[in-house]
Amino acid sequence: MQLHVSPSDGVPIYQQVVNQIKYLVASGRLKQGEQLLPVRKLAEQLIVNPNTVARAYRELESDGVVESRRGSGVFVSEGVSPLAKREQNKILNERIDMLLAEAGHMNVDLEAVIKLVRQRSQQMR
Amino acid sequence: MSENIVEIRDLTRRFWRKTALTDITLNIPRGIVFGLVGENGAGKTTLIKHLLGLLKAQAGTVSVFGLNPVDDPVRVLGRIGYLSESREMPDWMQISQFMSYSQAFYPKWDVKYAEELREMFELARDQRIKSLSRGQRARVGLLAALAHRPDFLVLDEPSSGLDPIVRRDILSAIIRTVADEGRTILFSSHLLDEVERVADHVAMLHLGRLVISAPLDQILEAHHLLTLQFPESLTSNPTLPGGLGWSGEGREWTCVCNGELEQLRSAATSVGASIVEQRRPSLEDVFLARARSVQSPSGRTPS
Repeated sequence: MQLHVSPSDGVPIYQQVVNQIKYLVASGRLKQGEQLLPVRKLAEQLIVNPNTVARAYRELESDGVVESRRGSGVFVSEGVSPLAKREQNKILNERIDMLLAEAGHMNVDLEAVIKLVRQRSQQMR
Repeated sequence: MSENIVEIRDLTRRFWRKTALTDITLNIPRGIVFGLVGENGAGKTTLIKHLLGLLKAQAGTVSVFGLNPVDDPVRVLGRIGYLSESREMPDWMQISQFMSYSQAFYPKWDVKYAEELREMFELARDQRIKSLSRGQRARVGLLAALAHRPDFLVLDEPSSGLDPIVRRDILSAIIRTVADEGRTILFSSHLLDEVERVADHVAMLHLGRLVISAPLDQILEAHHLLTLQFPESLTSNPTLPGGLGWSGEGREWTCVCNGELEQLRSAATSVGASIVEQRRPSLEDVFLARARSVQSPSGRTPS
């Protein structure tokens, strides 16, 4: 679990932690049932106040991304939550927006873009 | 005992005719990381020296653990771990000698923990203080401040002039201290991104005055970095209630504003501008804007 926070990027630090963990879960780098670092460890690793990490974990828990098991730690929730799907879509939408903006600049129409996506997908198999 | 480790009321300090601190009132609650920020010369070290009883309040009161540090230095200092900005140490000693020397001052010195810290900081027992690098010196100072497991850790500019690796050490020691033992930490710094990472509460000194003292989250949530666009070019910066420091030219002006976003939005509309960009400022943005708004001749001038 590798996270990076930067105080000056306009997003509160706890929110950066929340976003990145959601991203790691949605992209499968953190597996269901996998244990997150203890608050203290992550705080030391990121050099941030432990309260900030605790706040991020609380937020993730109320969003259903993680669950805390008493005495043993915080784990990625079991079962595909609708939220994971939403996060996946969000991540993909960001990429799609960039792709569409680029295509627009180069006057490539939507049909041509879709065709290209299909071609690439076949090549990747 | 009260919930505040430190209580300062109306503290004013002059050195000859120069005023170093003016009417400072602040509390440091137990169990938090309290960041004291301000430019060099803003009064941070002067304030800290009052907590340690190194300076006597000329006006106002200072209490630490409910005691006056000038009247009761033994009981106050025995519970404080202090890393000074200058890090004065007896140069001729070896590290092991310095450790036993420091131990003599603190009945609660934990020999085992001191050894652990020495190993963690990669300090050799027989090395002389004189031969240490700046970073090693800072580590030795930190070791001496931590080894008696103080209730209150006071670090004056702990990372100034250090390379990033040692800075990291110092900051993670702060985090470990607060996480492990729920102790109270005061640390002063002019490196605001550092403070933004580790502090729960921030007090900002500027020209000897307390500009803000509030929980970090509250400070950040109460300020917005707004970019306004006007239909026509402006020759000088616009004004907005809550606007703290402007930059820009022509039609677009950016400002750190203090207040509710809704109110700022309608204020912008009423001066004929629209908000084209809005984001959360960093602590540094807030600090610079605050400092500028105090200094600027049009702003409030210190009386």
